[in-house]
Amino acid sequence: MATNREFLASIPYFSGLDDDELDSIGQSFSERKVERGEIIQLEGEVVGELFFVASGAIKVFKTSSDGKEQILSIVRPGEAFNDIAIFDDAISPVSAQAMAPVTLYGISRIELHTLLRDYPRVALNTTRVLAERTRQLMSLIEDLSFRHVIGRVARVLLENAGNGTAPGTRLTQQEMAAMVGSVREVVARSLKALEAEGAIKLERNRIRITDRKALENMVEASA
Amino acid sequence: MLEMPKLDLAKCDCCGLCVSVCQCGAIVMTSNRITIIETDDCGWCTMCELVCPSNAIICAYEIVFDNEV
Repeated sequence: MATNREFLASIPYFSGLDDDELDSIGQSFSERKVERGEIIQLEGEVVGELFFVASGAIKVFKTSSDGKEQILSIVRPGEAFNDIAIFDDAISPVSAQAMAPVTLYGISRIELHTLLRDYPRVALNTTRVLAERTRQLMSLIEDLSFRHVIGRVARVLLENAGNGTAPGTRLTQQEMAAMVGSVREVVARSLKALEAEGAIKLERNRIRITDRKALENMVEASA
Repeated sequence: MLEMPKLDLAKCDCCGLCVSVCQCGAIVMTSNRITIIETDDCGWCTMCELVCPSNAIICAYEIVFDNEV
């Protein structure tokens, strides 16, 4: 099928290519529609196509042995989510699920290899994309590896809680992440861990501190 | 009045990703403009905030001590 030229041009893999090159590359893609909630790829599966999100959004995650889900990234239009397994010819290290009705453009591994041989610019772009992805994941791994993030989140909660007479600061998970020098995904995980330990209770749009002493101990332990 | 996610129209580029991920129908696009409708079905999943590429949606949490609500 002929893939939209403007869409291809917006993908980092294909930046810097002229219209003729984009039109030619577009012939190698096929379209796939996915329903909200559908699992597009399971961890451990063999991957045959590189998929780019044309519309909608996908969450990429890993699931622990006890069923806990760790979101690694949100993939938006113009981004790919399964390139690692495509390029190293191994199984997928992550699962991917549609957060909305999603349109994907896919290109087979064989056709992608042909593209990389025929278009050095695409190969160069690909190394840059993978390097950026590696940097993001290293940052995430670093945060996930250190328990002191939980202590910093505990401190943010204590310092921003309302005192009964004055309302506390209202914070998004993104703002908490910025305050503790981490990323939103780690803050979400930390909040769930704090709830599991009985220190807080997560309500609809409220975080209720149920064990102030426990939070204070976590702050102290992380200092 | 039920609190709902907040939208900063100045930042919103109307890409519609928030509409597509919202499972309770609270976020709609009419005349190329995003609107958030009050509904009890909104469970504060924060997916709209998570997918927004321009940080136009805010799902803030109030932080309180247990005996001070």
